Amino acid sequence: MADIQLKDLVKSYGPTEVLHHIEGDIRDGEFIVIVGPSGCGKSTLLRMVAGLESVTSGEIAIGGRRVNELEPSARDIAMVFQNYALYPHMSVRQNMAYGLKIRKLPKDEINRRVEEAAEILEIKQYLDRKPRQLSGGQRQRVAMGRAIVRDPQVFLFDEPLSNLDAKLRVQMRLEIRKLQQRLGVTSIYVTHDQVEAMTLGDRLMVLNGGYVEQFGTPIELYDRPASVFVAGFIGSPSMNFLPVEISTGHATLPGGGLLPVAAAHSGAATLGLRPEHLKEDENGPLAIEVDMLEQLGASTLIHGRLHGTGHSITASVPGHAHDGIGSIRRFSAAPELTHLFDTVSGKRLAV
Amino acid sequence: MLKRVHFPTSALPYLLVAPQIIITLVFFIWPASQAMYQSFLIEDAFGLGTEFVWFENFQILATDHHYLASFQRTAVFSVLVAALSMGFALILAGFAQRVVRGAMFYRTMLIWPYAVAPVLAGALWVFMFNPTLGIFPYFLEFAGITWNHYLNGTQAMALVILAAAWKQVAYNFLFYLAAMQSIPNSVIEAAAIDGAGPARRFWTIIFPLISPTTFFLLVINMVYAFFETFGIIHAVTQGGPGTSTTILVYKVFNDGFVGLDLGGSAAQSVVLMVLVIAMTVVQFRFVERKVAY
Repeated sequence: MADIQLKDLVKSYGPTEVLHHIEGDIRDGEFIVIVGPSGCGKSTLLRMVAGLESVTSGEIAIGGRRVNELEPSARDIAMVFQNYALYPHMSVRQNMAYGLKIRKLPKDEINRRVEEAAEILEIKQYLDRKPRQLSGGQRQRVAMGRAIVRDPQVFLFDEPLSNLDAKLRVQMRLEIRKLQQRLGVTSIYVTHDQVEAMTLGDRLMVLNGGYVEQFGTPIELYDRPASVFVAGFIGSPSMNFLPVEISTGHATLPGGGLLPVAAAHSGAATLGLRPEHLKEDENGPLAIEVDMLEQLGASTLIHGRLHGTGHSITASVPGHAHDGIGSIRRFSAAPELTHLFDTVSGKRLAV
Repeated sequence: MLKRVHFPTSALPYLLVAPQIIITLVFFIWPASQAMYQSFLIEDAFGLGTEFVWFENFQILATDHHYLASFQRTAVFSVLVAALSMGFALILAGFAQRVVRGAMFYRTMLIWPYAVAPVLAGALWVFMFNPTLGIFPYFLEFAGITWNHYLNGTQAMALVILAAAWKQVAYNFLFYLAAMQSIPNSVIEAAAIDGAGPARRFWTIIFPLISPTTFFLLVINMVYAFFETFGIIHAVTQGGPGTSTTILVYKVFNDGFVGLDLGGSAAQSVVLMVLVIAMTVVQFRFVERKVAY
């Protein structure tokens, strides 16, 4: 078990810089999720920690030891791949024992560890099968088993659940979390799925275009998103954004309404409102012309446009709502639940 | 419910397969049956009389120690050609995978020998190893080896094996490279993380995973060594000195067209035909079973 430090980490392919000055301190035993859209560099970052990609500049330290120049095998890590990467010609047992055999552990010790891991993952009855005889979920477990028998300092997960169906994904997600808590191994998990990120991570690193947008706990990211990108990425349905003018604690909406906000700032800004924070209010400043309703059972999503403008806006109201397409509904939002961002940089404006 | 689609009978499907069937009949089945028929005949050297003798030609072959020696020679020749060319191709493909810069150039260059005609390849090697003019005998002289494949049967055999193997390396390389590229990168990376070095990764992961290709190439190379090396042998040694490089296919030619023993030659080619059919059957059986791991 170990902590991981990323110091001023840069990755370039030729003249193209794909990761820009990444900083991060990961504590011993922490579960970190790196999340971002495809192409943001999250897998590259993980592969750099694994030693499968070289480091252009900066430093990666595992347990206080610089590992930039070390081979993957010397870093004492284990990785679970998106396509599982099981050795197709070996049985499940051989797959899990491969790394231990290379480290020349005694035979009975190897057997003990494999059996133990198989017990934890409930794959004991498949030990003598080949990977092709297993279902996706079972292969996933074998891949995890191969990682845990090694008893490494760090677990790395590269979108391990993306090849599973939705139900299995939720189940495996819980199991990964439980397993990590039980073993207490520092873990880095890469995903593009924000729900997976929110539920798994002690802390989330949101990457966008090779920059760290924000690094914090899921609740920090939800309550105080550092940028428009994070605000839009975390939370479902995603946040509404409106261009507003701020003066004396009020935001002037595009349609003309006045919404009280908690800001000392004045001038143009981007206002962020989460759909679930919009409250129906007959005298509210937000007039929404309803275009479409999405019934989710427990709540209803109201999709529409801010009255008199083209700005689309979504509100989430509890319970059922059956009709009202074409009608106008009014909403308000509590000042402490509003978010303001700089119109140019997209960064959060200090309250 | 079972749905059946009925097509109206028409000549079109027969027409469409006709060219292939005609080609097969004219160029493969007919000559093969002719050879078969010929193998039952004994003809006098002037072509004036023939006699139908059933299996006498085969009986003669079975007791002919020249023929049996040629069989043995062919076995040695083909095993060494296959082993040498596949071994080299495997090493080259293994390294080609690791080449980062100029990979295209490197691969293209390695495929070139395949485009050289067998006889030309033979001529090339004849020049290089010519006892009086060649560059290699000159160098071998320093190592205390006197090279003369016109007199030394073992050296002649070594030379044709080298030439035949060289010609086939490119083909094997291509297949090995394709097989290696079809292994998912993440499997290799997983092995690297598991602590396996490059050599260990090769022998425990890559080599077992390309074993279907190895088996396929083994059969292909055996067939190549058995049949397609005629041109090389003809150009380099013409089966000599003595009969030391006369492999089966060369003996078919020699006995038939030089010795004019048409019946015996036909019987030999029937034996070869049976051999290649057997190899093909084995290949299909095994490859189908082993390919899906």
